[in-house]
Amino acid sequence: MADHATHVEGLAHHFVSMEQQKEAGMIGMWIFLLTEIMFFGGLFLAYTIYRTTYPQGFLYGSHLLNVPLGGTNTVVLIVSSLTMAMAVYYSQLGERKKLVFFLFVTLVLGLVFLVIKYFEYKSKIDDHLFPALSLYNPASTGAHGVPLDLQQPVRVFLWIYFIMTGLHALHMIVGAGILITLIVLAQRGKFTKDYNSPVEISGLYWHFVDIVWIFLFPLLYLTGFHYTPGGGH
Amino acid sequence: MADHSHEHPANPIKYYVGVFLLLMVFTALTVYIAKFDLEHYWGPLNVIVALTIAVIKATAVVLIFMHVRWSSRLTQVIVVSGVFWLFILLAFTMSDYWSRGGWPTRLGQ
Amino acid sequence: MASEVMGKTESSVNYLNVTTTVKSWLLTLDHKRIGLLYLFAISFFFALGGIFATLIRLELVTPQGDLMSAEMYNRAFTMHGVIMIFFFLIPSIPAVLGNFLLPMMLGAKDVAFPRLNLMSWYVFMIGGSLMMYTLISGGIDTGWTFYPPYSSIYSNSQVTIAGVSIFITGFSSILTGLNFMVTIHTMRAPGLTWFRLPLFVWAHYATALIMVLGTPVIAITVLALAFERTLQIGIFDPKLGGDPVLFQHMFWFYSHPAVYIMILPSMGVVSELIANMTRKRVFGYTFVAFSSLAIAVFGFLVWGHHMFTTSQSMYTGMVFSLISYAVAIPSAIKIFNWTATIYKGSVSFDTPMIYAIAFLGLFTIGGMTGLFLAALGLDIHLHDTYFVVAHFHYVMVGGAIIGYLGGLHYWWPKMTGRMYPEIWGRVSAAIVFIGFNLTFFPQFVMGYLGMPRRYYAYVPEFQVYHILSSAGASILAIGFVMPAVYLAYSLKYGQPAGANPWMASGLEWQTPSPPPTENFTYQPVITHEPYEFEHVEEIKAARKAEEIQMA
Repeated sequence: MADHATHVEGLAHHFVSMEQQKEAGMIGMWIFLLTEIMFFGGLFLAYTIYRTTYPQGFLYGSHLLNVPLGGTNTVVLIVSSLTMAMAVYYSQLGERKKLVFFLFVTLVLGLVFLVIKYFEYKSKIDDHLFPALSLYNPASTGAHGVPLDLQQPVRVFLWIYFIMTGLHALHMIVGAGILITLIVLAQRGKFTKDYNSPVEISGLYWHFVDIVWIFLFPLLYLTGFHYTPGGGH
Repeated sequence: MADHSHEHPANPIKYYVGVFLLLMVFTALTVYIAKFDLEHYWGPLNVIVALTIAVIKATAVVLIFMHVRWSSRLTQVIVVSGVFWLFILLAFTMSDYWSRGGWPTRLGQ
Repeated sequence: MASEVMGKTESSVNYLNVTTTVKSWLLTLDHKRIGLLYLFAISFFFALGGIFATLIRLELVTPQGDLMSAEMYNRAFTMHGVIMIFFFLIPSIPAVLGNFLLPMMLGAKDVAFPRLNLMSWYVFMIGGSLMMYTLISGGIDTGWTFYPPYSSIYSNSQVTIAGVSIFITGFSSILTGLNFMVTIHTMRAPGLTWFRLPLFVWAHYATALIMVLGTPVIAITVLALAFERTLQIGIFDPKLGGDPVLFQHMFWFYSHPAVYIMILPSMGVVSELIANMTRKRVFGYTFVAFSSLAIAVFGFLVWGHHMFTTSQSMYTGMVFSLISYAVAIPSAIKIFNWTATIYKGSVSFDTPMIYAIAFLGLFTIGGMTGLFLAALGLDIHLHDTYFVVAHFHYVMVGGAIIGYLGGLHYWWPKMTGRMYPEIWGRVSAAIVFIGFNLTFFPQFVMGYLGMPRRYYAYVPEFQVYHILSSAGASILAIGFVMPAVYLAYSLKYGQPAGANPWMASGLEWQTPSPPPTENFTYQPVITHEPYEFEHVEEIKAARKAEEIQMA
């Protein structure tokens, strides 16, 4: 009495209904995001401990960062979150053209973010602020005039900056890959009013990556925004 | 079992645009406030203000963009427990450093 | 011709013989086959970890360091710990028995994400291969705890690659936990409410919670350590402004809950064994279910008890000590409830039951000695002695592995369609019990008397304890090898088992042994509470009637 219902497009064989499949997919993505919270959380912990231990060092390190670029990236991601939400909305209405359009805009914005990031990193390296290559190299002590007693904390700050934003950028790259996949599938008409959960699930991931940046930007870039080195705050 | 305690609104676009504007305004606000040295008045003030604004922004994204406002109770529990567990990690570890005496001077001194 | 419910003939199609190519196994999406793939993998790692244990116990027979150099000994106990914890204990029950049974116990066809399930096995194998590479290129000597600054600066061993290996293997754990949680939430059969679930499922839900919330933190910790070692980023190095104790906080935030990953599934097994082999509902079912959740949650609040002798503040230490006492309570509740279940039950002393009863005693000893260590003052004396070694082996071997063996025997007929030879089962269970206690009880005594852990040479006063311990280890080894032999033997020569050789309750027993790929040929509907043994007879008759009707 094996119950084989008429084959429903997009329904995996081990689920009994589309509803069950969708619910499983959504909860699965949320639990995955839970793991991401704890993953980035370890780095936020390190940031918190060292910022509290070395307030001057973190002020100095932070003011070395490029707020206009970081701010632009923040705006880029916020707009991309809006366009992603629109894409999900149109996937639920089954409007293929608008879905593809908004997915594409989201992707472009994500790539803009990564390009800006590239230039940001490049300028850091050119300024001898990438700790592996310099900053403990006596020849570069003069660069940016980091005072001797702040060199260790500034170094720790910069490493935390590179690792946190680097990990974030890695997640953006994965997100871009997901978007490309969605665009191709959407273009082929894979998503309909009845089967669109991959778009919504991917949207959750994208928004999460945006949220991480919402915290990274003030903590890393804005901490030292009011700081003038050498002459009080 | 599926439990959609709230139905999605018929026209969510106005919610999305609303949140978008909120995010832009708060971003401008957090950059503007960061220009001021609030630490001069009270040490942690800059961080507290910045984090408060960030939490407001994140909450808006979670509730509206990620539909948690209209999601099942299970989803809401998952979100809250994620925040809570991060809080455990931060709070208990910080409690060690804060109660060592002498922190936040340089570690080990 | 339809297969009979009570006896399977060799010609019937099941998940084992439906396809036979290597490719069909390596690309399987069937949770049962994936469970078996894990069984082969973790058995290999258990043997490897056992070889290192043998080396350790051989060295420790004499007070001098004469079998190997100090550096070699460091590598031996490190590899023993790393392999046993990350590549045997943490996957063991969830990846083998959990994968195999969970969908069946829920009345589902598979887990929620079968492809993720297969991917988690491949991720495990990749992580394991990297660890093998680490081993071949000399192993690591930092202790399984990887504390910096030794691991980040001074150790000349393959710490970075070992770290990457653990990073990768962690994802296997995360994916399994994710899969289990979603499956339990969304794929229960009609009528299977949360409080009708077998306690095995509750235990695995709690385990999955820990896997999902804790493992990412060890991932970022080990990644940070790799950066620290290769790039000297300075977050753990005091000379660069960092704090080594921060590493310990991040490490133990996962590694303490990890021990609950190792014990909770075993407790789930014990619930099933005791209920079904005493033919009684588990006493205080609700308490046992909630205790599993309580252990998972409270387990995240106690990690500082591993750091009492560090620069961690005394006040934080007091908080961690207090909560460590609290976390023992749900475990104790379970022990009381299992004992009460056996009382006035109809007990059959088959091999699984022997293991379950052994668990009750050995886990109690292990758990109680944990309380000794949770006391701040006493821990100053006992930290880094053999008392700790004995404590965690009592819970990890006497608790987790005993439960694993009991479950393996109990569900062996379901997995393979064959019964193992019962006499040999009981004999090896007895040998394991005797060997285990002889190995580890003397370690409590010598640890209290001051024998440090991770030392290969010691004062002659301790030799008598070490000799007892090593003698016990040789007996224990025999007890562990025997099941490997007779279980393999039973695959060909074992008596064919029917669908329900134990006359047990539970959905997994209401389908043939071995099961068909889709688990059930009908949609199970649950109308009764768990562990109701009167129903077994009814169900047996109903299924038989149904099968006859189908034919």
